[in-house]
Amino acid sequence: MNALTALGEVLVLIGTFFYFLSALGLIRMPDVYNRMQTSTKSATLGSLGVIIGVGIWALGTDFGSAAWLTKTVVIAVFLLLTNPISAHALIRAAYKSGIPLWEGSVMDKYREHIEAKAKALEAAESETPEEGGEE
Amino acid sequence: MGEASKISRYLYTVIVLFLIWLLLTASLDPQELGFGLILSLIVAAFTYEIFSTGGLANLHPKRIAYAIAYVPYFLWAMIMANLDVAYRVLHPRRPIRPGIVHCKTVLKSDVGKLALANSITLTPGTITLDVDDENYFIHWIWVPDEAMTEEEGEHVKAASANITQPFEKFLKVIFG
Amino acid sequence: MIGINVYLALIAIATLLSMYRVFRGPTTVDRLVAVDIMTTITAGLMVLFALYYERMIFLDVALVYAILAFGGVIAFARYMEGGL
Repeated sequence: MNALTALGEVLVLIGTFFYFLSALGLIRMPDVYNRMQTSTKSATLGSLGVIIGVGIWALGTDFGSAAWLTKTVVIAVFLLLTNPISAHALIRAAYKSGIPLWEGSVMDKYREHIEAKAKALEAAESETPEEGGEE
Repeated sequence: MGEASKISRYLYTVIVLFLIWLLLTASLDPQELGFGLILSLIVAAFTYEIFSTGGLANLHPKRIAYAIAYVPYFLWAMIMANLDVAYRVLHPRRPIRPGIVHCKTVLKSDVGKLALANSITLTPGTITLDVDDENYFIHWIWVPDEAMTEEEGEHVKAASANITQPFEKFLKVIFG
Repeated sequence: MIGINVYLALIAIATLLSMYRVFRGPTTVDRLVAVDIMTTITAGLMVLFALYYERMIFLDVALVYAILAFGGVIAFARYMEGGL
């Protein structure tokens, strides 16, 4: 039991705590958007803690080497880069497939933006055929 | 940012690929290094056209320094925001007030916008829902009072000050 | 090395809790979010297993698993959006 092992163990413990928190958020929150808010990011931070914690922990053991740390850092960076992308894809899928916001939500600027855009497009489309008809 | 020369883009791709090879193999054996170098030269010849438009200018020392300074700043923001969300999850009354807000950014390049969207998504409480040119639509778990105004300009200003501006000062230098 | 059993058990409980949302979740996207969380947790679990069995090769397994899970979630999300 040396300093590296202890530090790694503490990081892994923090990571598992955040895993736990993300699972709890998945159960407690009222709609899919808020579930995503509380769970995906806690899970990312939890993975960061667990994975880098394992890398540091292995350095303190007799079988560990520097390769453990670099490989775990690669996995952690990969998760850090890809997890927000999948969260973004999922929340877009939720919105586009028409799941309504929770009734306690206070505003929805995105709908206003989409409607304004559709109206502008419609206006542009309705103008062109009229011009074509006149000719 | 215009297109850099082909040589510069090719060299930049080779350097990045070789760094990835170094991290993945995690050994300094000369045979592995040589094979990795040959592989990066070959793969870069096929992929440099879609990999980067900036070329070696991306490795400017100022950009690298800002990128290194960005990592602890970002991790700190992420940890603080995670504790905030932990409070919301564990609180018995579940204090949430969600809404989709509208932000504007000053970043120009596509990679910078991607990095900003990812940073916003990873700091809990905010998820990027869609990006349309300079407009960011963000689902926010607790919309503060100053962003609750009906007036559009005020709202965008308040939301941008809270969400995008803390990251922009770094990302503006790193990605332009 | 006794502590690692406790961590594995805690991660198993977290996975079971997200499993509840997979079975219960009213919409498909709810289930997908829960599966996404479970894959992220599983990647961490594989890294812990590498330490448990003292085999470095499991780290590569975890990396490949993370890549495949990412691709799967993206494909499902695109399908839900109607853009596939």
